[in-house]
Amino acid sequence: MDFNDTPEEAKFRAEARAWLSANAKPKDPSKVKAGVSQKSEAERLARAKEWQAKKAEAGYAAITWPTEYGGLGGTPIQSVIYSQEESKFDVPGGFFEIGLGMCIPTMMKWATKEQCDRYVKPALFGEEIWCQLFSEPAAGSDVAGLRTKCEKDGDEWVINGQKVWTSGAHFCDYGIIVTRSDPTVPKHKGLTFFFLDMKTPGIDIRPIKQISGGSGFNEVFFNDVRVPDSQRLGDVGEGWKVSLTTLMNERLAIGQGSGVDYEELLKLARETELENGPAIKDSNVREKLADWYVQSQGLKYTKFRTLTALSKGQVPGPESSIGKIVSGPKMQDLAGFAMDIQGQGGVMQDTEESPMAGAFQNQWIGAAGYRIAGGTDEILRNIVSEQVLGLPQDIRVDKKVPFNELPGAGSKK
Amino acid sequence: MNFDFSDDQKMLKDQARKFLEDKCSYDDVRTILESDDSHHDGVWNGLCELGFAGAAIPEEFGGLGLGALELAVIAEELGRAAAPVPFSSSIYMFAEALKLGASDAQKSAWLPQIASGEIIGTLAGAEGTQAPSPRTVKASFAGGKLSGRKLPVPDGETASVAVVLVNTGGAGEQALSLVLVDLNQECVTRSAVDTIDPTRGHAEINFDNADATLIGDEGDGWAMLKRVEAGAAVLMAFEQVGGAEAALEMAKEYALDRYAFGRQIGSYQAIKHRLADMYVKLELAKSNAYYGAMILSEDGAELELAAASARISATEAYRFAAQECIQVHGGIGFTWEANPQFHYRRSKLLALALGSASRWKDRLVAELEKSNVA
Repeated sequence: MDFNDTPEEAKFRAEARAWLSANAKPKDPSKVKAGVSQKSEAERLARAKEWQAKKAEAGYAAITWPTEYGGLGGTPIQSVIYSQEESKFDVPGGFFEIGLGMCIPTMMKWATKEQCDRYVKPALFGEEIWCQLFSEPAAGSDVAGLRTKCEKDGDEWVINGQKVWTSGAHFCDYGIIVTRSDPTVPKHKGLTFFFLDMKTPGIDIRPIKQISGGSGFNEVFFNDVRVPDSQRLGDVGEGWKVSLTTLMNERLAIGQGSGVDYEELLKLARETELENGPAIKDSNVREKLADWYVQSQGLKYTKFRTLTALSKGQVPGPESSIGKIVSGPKMQDLAGFAMDIQGQGGVMQDTEESPMAGAFQNQWIGAAGYRIAGGTDEILRNIVSEQVLGLPQDIRVDKKVPFNELPGAGSKK
Repeated sequence: MNFDFSDDQKMLKDQARKFLEDKCSYDDVRTILESDDSHHDGVWNGLCELGFAGAAIPEEFGGLGLGALELAVIAEELGRAAAPVPFSSSIYMFAEALKLGASDAQKSAWLPQIASGEIIGTLAGAEGTQAPSPRTVKASFAGGKLSGRKLPVPDGETASVAVVLVNTGGAGEQALSLVLVDLNQECVTRSAVDTIDPTRGHAEINFDNADATLIGDEGDGWAMLKRVEAGAAVLMAFEQVGGAEAALEMAKEYALDRYAFGRQIGSYQAIKHRLADMYVKLELAKSNAYYGAMILSEDGAELELAAASARISATEAYRFAAQECIQVHGGIGFTWEANPQFHYRRSKLLALALGSASRWKDRLVAELEKSNVA
């Protein structure tokens, strides 16, 4: 039992590290994790595009993809090794994950060869950015309950409706969308899937202001938006099947979250005086600190078990599914507890006065969303209990009924 | 990255599982629950015949000379079966204490018989419900004679020999020492004590000027004990992981078999989410236990931290799985005839065996405090 690379892995790691050293600056460890960037989105996007192009040129942008699309034709463990090395460098991110993690893999599975030739490489090189248009105001966890409709008109489809929680729609060039083509059949059977140009007339993008004050997401309105039939992915009525390709990739694309963890809590506890002495000597603080340390280590070594399987060329076990169930509530509770340690001063969310420039306060606000994005805590528990433990699905009242006869979701209330 | 057990270790695990499935069913565990026996002789002898007791004892002292990773896979299976055997007392506590601090003469005198399973050893630390520490231990040792009262001592009724934590009068942490004592002396009297888990015997032992010899140096007892506890914490974490997995499987089977309000109870989210939570805690515990085993096997500097993590995580996983296993079973789970009780009892026994989770959380944070400021 050890954490060592195989000789091949060590060679790949050394190459990746050498390339990163030549092309990027190492992270400055003294920088605080405040979770809020000082730069504007436009500045960050320009910097990210530049870095993405450089990385794609070297083949590191999509290590597991086939070489014909600009990948390295490498293994999942090589992809992990590159990410581990890249995380030590100060490089921009946050713009291409959804496109390259979810949208383009869906294209590669369902689009024509010509379409892949046209769209995959520009996405990989950061020239075109993609978004995913699935969730709707009335269809979140139950995404198959979506209502945005598409109607055939000659060689085109006309789309009307509204999508929501679309990350980055305002700077994206293309999107993948699932719509309802037939409301008279059961919900999963009446869906049809497309990709489209986000500049198509009739698309109206409006930012959603989150409780954090930021606007990473959008509402996207479709008003007689015309899409050629050639941009349909999968057969008419087979949209759910196509969606599953995207959703399977979603859990891989959404990470385990970063931000303040037990190290920062330890630092805070050492620096903060409570009424009866230093926080680090308080037994309640010590118990909580130990609990979160153990959870963090548990997640870290669970990942190592997954990596071991990848390193041996095996399919990882289901243990990797626990990550977000643990890390979401942990981020929220840890940050909230750190604020408790700050007592009355904990209410301040202030870059000057708050410890670590307000990192705990920022995380406390943000974590409420992290527990919902990419699968709520509850949906993830359903997935574990059904797909890992083999428990039955809940009794479904919506599976065999025509969509437009469902209470709430269809046209009938 | 090779963070997994080897094929040989997995084969050993399979061998242990097959033996226990065959010889140590819940019915076998029940015979000990309902008898006055301290442990199950048949199961224990069978394990010893397979060489498990001597697995990590050096060959020169009659063992197989394997290591912590081999003990870990055996421990996981013992935990899964809730095996009523003195393995932890004799191996993780007694044999490991001797390996750590005893002279060659002491090792030669006892380890071969421990390795063969001919005799059982144990470690006696607690003196009732006060936490044993340099401030509280009263058992005394002077002039080669041991006096005092120890309880509860795991497997204290059947053990032939014990390592005993005694007060030798030094200052602060140097107050304590470990001594080796043959329990088959006239001046050693013992009687069984009732516990929450009668499948694992415990006793009160009184020493009245019993002959004993120091293990290691006088005043080193507390430090040595903590090192032994750290190793035992890792191995017991594997027992806890095995037990938690068994409790989860038992609860899952019942949730699939039992119908209420016209459907399987396993189709209700109230049940599904509980079982998912059991799974999550179990996987975290397994990962922490793996790391503990890796560090223990290399005697790494981070042992205290890794052991505390393994123990805290596994204690929580087993606590939750065992108690919620009864809850999922409903009324039948509270009956004497049903099997969830074995894990409910064992989970609490193991949770307390080396001191509570709070004690280990404090030990963990003490280690973090020693590390560099984050």
